[in-house]
Amino acid sequence: SVFCWDTGAGQDVGRSCILVSIAGKNVMLDCGMHMGYNDDRRFPDFSYITQNGRLTDFLDCVIISHFHLDHCGALPYFSEMVGYDGPIYMTHPTKAICPILLEDYRKITVDKKGEINFFTSQMIKDCMKKVVAVHLHQTVQVDEELEIKAYYAGHVLGAAMFQIKVGCEAVVYTGDYNMTPDRHLGAAWIDKCRPDLLISESTYATTIRDSKRCRERDFLKKVHETVERGGKVLIPVFALGRAQELCILLETFWERMNLKAPIYFSTGLTEKANHYYKLFITWTNQKIRKTFVQRNMFEFKHIKAFDRAFADNPGPMVVFATPGMLHAGQSLQIFKKWAGNEKNMVIMPGYCVQGTVGHKILSGQRKLEMEGRQILEVKMQVEYMSFSAHADAKGIMQLIRQAEPRNVLLVHGEAKKMEFLKQKIEQEFHVNCYMPANGETTTIFTNPSIPVDISLGLLKRETAIGLLPDVKKPQLMHGTLIMKDNSFRLVSPEQALKELGLAEHQLRFTCRVHIQDPRKEHETVLRVYNHLKGVLKDYSVQHLPDGSITVESILIQATAHSEDQGTKVLLVSWTYQDEELGSYLTSLLKKGLPPSTS
Amino acid sequence: MAAHLKKRVYEEFTKVVQQQHEDLSAKKLRLTKPSKSAALHVDLCKATSPADALQYLLQFARKPVEVESVEGVVRILLEHYYKENDASVRLKIASLLGLLSKTAGFSPDCIMDDAINTLQNEKSHQVLAQLLDTLLVIGTKLTENPSVRMRLVEVACKHLTDSSHGVRNKCLQLIGCLGPVEKGGAKEAESQAAKDVQKIIGDHFNDQDPRVRTAAIKAMLQLHERGLKLQQAIYSQACKLLADDYEQVRSAAVQLIWVLSQLYPESIVPIPSSNEEIRLVDDAFGKICHMVSDGSWVVRVQAAKLLGSMQQVSSHFLEQTLDKKLMSDLRRKRTAHERAKELYSSGEFSSGRKWGDDAPKEEIDTGAVNLIESGACGAFVHGLEDEMYEVRIAAVEALCMLAQSSPSFAEKCLDFLVDMFNDEIEEVRLQSIHTMRKISHNITLREDQLDTVLAVLEDSSRDIREALHELLCCTNVSTKEGIHLALVELLKNLTKYPTDRESIWKCLKFLGSRHPTLVLPLVPELLSTHPFFDTPEPDMDDPAYIAVLVLIFNAAKSCPTMPALFSDHTFRHYAYLRDSLSHLVPALRLPGRKLVSSPVSPSITPHEDPSQQFLHQSLERVYNLQHLDPQGIQELLEFTIRDLQRLGELQSELAGMADFTATYLQCQLLLIKALQEKLWNVAAPLHLKQNALASTAAKQILEETYKMEFMYSGVESRQVLIIHHMRLQAKALQLIVTARTTRGVEPLFGMCEKFLQEVDSFQRCFISELPHMQGSFVDKLLDLMPRLVTSKPSEVVKILQTTLRQSTFLHLPLPEQLHRATANIIEPTGESDNPLRFTSGLVVALDVDATLEHVQDPQGTVKVQVLYPDGQAQIIHPKAADFRNPGPGRHRLITQVYLSHTAWTEPCQIEVRLLLAYNSNRSKASAKIPKCSWSESLEALPQTETSIEGTIPFSKPVKVYIMPKPARR
Repeated sequence: SVFCWDTGAGQDVGRSCILVSIAGKNVMLDCGMHMGYNDDRRFPDFSYITQNGRLTDFLDCVIISHFHLDHCGALPYFSEMVGYDGPIYMTHPTKAICPILLEDYRKITVDKKGEINFFTSQMIKDCMKKVVAVHLHQTVQVDEELEIKAYYAGHVLGAAMFQIKVGCEAVVYTGDYNMTPDRHLGAAWIDKCRPDLLISESTYATTIRDSKRCRERDFLKKVHETVERGGKVLIPVFALGRAQELCILLETFWERMNLKAPIYFSTGLTEKANHYYKLFITWTNQKIRKTFVQRNMFEFKHIKAFDRAFADNPGPMVVFATPGMLHAGQSLQIFKKWAGNEKNMVIMPGYCVQGTVGHKILSGQRKLEMEGRQILEVKMQVEYMSFSAHADAKGIMQLIRQAEPRNVLLVHGEAKKMEFLKQKIEQEFHVNCYMPANGETTTIFTNPSIPVDISLGLLKRETAIGLLPDVKKPQLMHGTLIMKDNSFRLVSPEQALKELGLAEHQLRFTCRVHIQDPRKEHETVLRVYNHLKGVLKDYSVQHLPDGSITVESILIQATAHSEDQGTKVLLVSWTYQDEELGSYLTSLLKKGLPPSTS
Repeated sequence: MAAHLKKRVYEEFTKVVQQQHEDLSAKKLRLTKPSKSAALHVDLCKATSPADALQYLLQFARKPVEVESVEGVVRILLEHYYKENDASVRLKIASLLGLLSKTAGFSPDCIMDDAINTLQNEKSHQVLAQLLDTLLVIGTKLTENPSVRMRLVEVACKHLTDSSHGVRNKCLQLIGCLGPVEKGGAKEAESQAAKDVQKIIGDHFNDQDPRVRTAAIKAMLQLHERGLKLQQAIYSQACKLLADDYEQVRSAAVQLIWVLSQLYPESIVPIPSSNEEIRLVDDAFGKICHMVSDGSWVVRVQAAKLLGSMQQVSSHFLEQTLDKKLMSDLRRKRTAHERAKELYSSGEFSSGRKWGDDAPKEEIDTGAVNLIESGACGAFVHGLEDEMYEVRIAAVEALCMLAQSSPSFAEKCLDFLVDMFNDEIEEVRLQSIHTMRKISHNITLREDQLDTVLAVLEDSSRDIREALHELLCCTNVSTKEGIHLALVELLKNLTKYPTDRESIWKCLKFLGSRHPTLVLPLVPELLSTHPFFDTPEPDMDDPAYIAVLVLIFNAAKSCPTMPALFSDHTFRHYAYLRDSLSHLVPALRLPGRKLVSSPVSPSITPHEDPSQQFLHQSLERVYNLQHLDPQGIQELLEFTIRDLQRLGELQSELAGMADFTATYLQCQLLLIKALQEKLWNVAAPLHLKQNALASTAAKQILEETYKMEFMYSGVESRQVLIIHHMRLQAKALQLIVTARTTRGVEPLFGMCEKFLQEVDSFQRCFISELPHMQGSFVDKLLDLMPRLVTSKPSEVVKILQTTLRQSTFLHLPLPEQLHRATANIIEPTGESDNPLRFTSGLVVALDVDATLEHVQDPQGTVKVQVLYPDGQAQIIHPKAADFRNPGPGRHRLITQVYLSHTAWTEPCQIEVRLLLAYNSNRSKASAKIPKCSWSESLEALPQTETSIEGTIPFSKPVKVYIMPKPARR
């Protein structure tokens, strides 16, 4: 059975942290933090685990699906402050980029907000030392029984889905994934691994998205038009993920259209991350993988580092600046400078939280009150363009179709939306679907098949007897099952006896069948012989000179009843090995002989 | 070191062929092996170990075996086969048997029994499989014999129960290739093995091994290809295979489903879990659509490709493929396409989008949403968004094919195609533009769509832009704003990429002539005329202005009211353009003006065309040559040639024909001139000059005949005959000249013999045409043939000379269509003053971009030649992938040429030109040579005199300035 205990992701888009117990092995899937809280609630509550002792003793391993903070943000806290020394698995790109983001996050919380009792840079480093990097499709043996395997998940660079397998029980955890390819990443893919449980995210459980092409085209057209008019375009972005996609999009467009206007990217942590994007070419989409020999797509020709002074340069330009919601930092500064000119444009590529400047301008506000009672009039055009990298409802269904799981568990989504998807999954795939709430435990009963070793000699002997093996039909097989030292073996009876040092006993069944037949004994025998010969065409039926009949190794003898000469007694005798045929014969003879034809 | 490096680089990157004119290939070594079988026998007996024997067999397999000795070799191999204990050797022997039975001319029925016998005692599965493979080879050679086939199929059926997948695989393959196809034959009742091959194969659809399952499906497809009508019952089986775990099985199953859907489109199949029934083709369509979102991209490509050829699908299903029900938070949402359409129909222009303009509208009934099993739903939407560009291309192709047959679908898929113009892979963009062009007769572009299409005009790839121009040529635009938009964008394109000039003008020509009524209201604005004020006269050399005029004049052709809007200078410009760009500007009926030439109405057939008439008249005139004095003949020919050349320049559609004729007449003229001289009879050594003239004439005629034969497309056998005849005459002339200049008879013998052989092969090639050639050179020559063969060279020469002079001029019939192969090197332009610098000994890549017109098989014939100042010449074969085919009869060569040289002291120019390689073996004449019995095997093929290889330069050379610097130490 598989136990699945959700500490953070159940019915909520917040932190992801799932505990899976599969055939006695405990695995923690993701270790994320909640962006919305600044107190203890931001990290998962590990006390549930620690009440049974140390984390390391309880958990066999931790798996991180990708580098977003809601999937890995609590990792240093978990490993260094709560204390965990076991292995942490993640893909190579995740391992490379994750510490950059953690460090950035730490800086903001500690240096800017001045919080204490937070993890330190050293802790991040120590934590990363415990990480074991895995390749795609590489099967990693965590211990003798537990093995994990990563699949491509799209979403962001290095995002992976993990299959966790103990014996023949398996769980697939998707993390966040994307079933439609974008400009820099491919689509998630999994083979038909038929796991017992698929744990899938369900952010867009109730959405079927429009094709990406329209959005891309719109975006490009708007940027192009503005630049042609001589205006400036501001694109506030979060540092990683979508920003790279937009960069590639603009870069290739500039290349294609032979445009000259400069594109800038505000530096900072992006530069480091971009470096890794260049390195991990194998994780990107077909186009980038195929053309990197000529030119690495992330070596941007048109995109240059931004300098504060450039914002006042005349002429058209495009600037990517952080943060994405225009609430502080460089993007807000540039916005203030450019907002007054109606030739300029700001494109919001993502969702904005209420209260931020981004949200205000998106909802149509044209006059903003800045600090110091200044009124900023927004004359520039404001555009909204959503580029999201989660699978939509169709994508989720597609993944389920590919993997063919026996049970599905939905996490990382809103309860109401998940309800809809759950119903759909149950209806269309006829599998059980679960959607546990935070802290709720789901138990799934599996029907494990137990592997048994069989000696080749025995297998060949047994298959030689019967017909060709057929996958669809179970086949009967004779042998002795030996359960010893936690292993199962099927061996021939002789060998089993030998191994156990036992003498062989013959077990023989004998059965008497009474038949009403007034004729002489040998005539009866002859009738029985003819009858059997007629019925059992595939077996060798012999009439021996001593008056008995053999069917294969089964002996049939006929004697007259001592009291009633009209009744003949048929003695049927067979060994235990021939039980099947023997019992069939007796039942056949019990039905009596067909009326004599002669 | 540098030299070595250079050599290595050459080896790796280019195929450089230094043309060698000495005929090395003539000395071909022909090995004769008196008794192969004996040698093999000895070898095999000598072999002490299996490894040895294997070595011998491997060596043996490298050499071909003559037809006569195949059977002997087979016997020996079989003998060893029975003796051999080692499975690997037996395997090799089995494979050799198959190889040998492939030998041309060998009939393998004599070894079939033995081959079948070997099967009986074989234990090794691999050898069994190989033996079955051999049987398959034998069977395919003996397809005519039904009893053999029957026997082989029986054998195969017997081995179908083998436990090895390899053996079962081969059995199925054998059954597929040889199973009886004809139903109800007399033999049917007689053999039980031939019961039902379909059933036998069908049983293996559920085999445990995926490879066998694949083989079974493939065998079924093979049967179908051979003409057996598959039973409909297989359909349900095949549908189950679509859910197989293995991609190759799924891929084959998709094909099978497709085949069945084409066989039984109208039969009705039930929908599982409901009482409804639908047509089989619709059901199959739904299933294949479903496979477009398969996990394996191989299957996706397969499925997407097949969708295109399912024409009988009902439109309801077809249109579903483009429909993906969008929703957001369980509420119905409109796609961006729908919104754009609405915006357009409501009269608003698509201005910037507002936040939440795509907000979802009505609630969706949760029960009604079908997330996955909606069959065809959104198949193309998925296919076009696929990760792999192979799938996207396949989807675009399929869209194209379906749209061509269904106008309503074409209308619907337009939005999606337009979206594909922004794909990240150029090939996909190009493909979708081409697709759009192909379906353009079915569609009219909306303004917003046109806008998106036109945005691509700024693409930096020339291919894309040109494809787009082609597309615009045949697009229907709905509004005058659309036309204006197109013009503005095209002009923008023109300023950005001035090299596109021709293509843009051509595009505007068609745009104008297709939409005269839409252009009409735009005229004043376009010409910037004003009712009261005179506007300055625009610059006539401005390509943009010419572009506008081309648009207007072409529209004016079918819009008589338009010229009234023209100002004076427009008329003047018209006259100028009509003359200078006659192919772009049509003849207009202008008020108060005499027509420059009579209007060419489209109904006139080419024969009534005055220029065509002129061509024929000039030819007629020439045919009466015989009656003129020599001086007159020459003059007439010269005039006619001049006329024809001018005609070719004026009338582009007749250029090929005019050039061809002119070349022919030029040859004739040269011949006449060479023979004309009265000095021929004077002793030879005194007239070296005369001889030089005659020999150059002969050489030139030879060259011209090759040009005529290989540079024109559309040349028919009649023309080939005349060309060859002319060539023969030139050769005769050459012979005469040589005879007169060389002393001694020895070399002449060879030459005479060669010439006579040529006459002979000419006769063989054109035996059927000879009656048409009364009074010609060859006619007379053939009459004299008996005498020629026996006489001495000097006499031969004498006879030839007289015959040449007396022979009449052959009429050149003109084919329907004749086009001259032309090439134009666009890049390098040859204008650069900056030399291309590179280190000597290393290579530099030079981008070559050229357009080729009317070249047949450019991959095989077009070469790039690089001439260095030191006279060294390089010929480079471009890769086949470097040729693009943008339109019928047109090709584009985009390749890189690698240059290298030792160091120079100063920059110098090299010449780059394109060559058309020819090989007379490939010519149309040689196809007619009857296959001689002795030339059957390749080894024995004689080096015929007819195979002459050469090249014709057919583009203007372009000079490139290069400078190899000495390497720095």
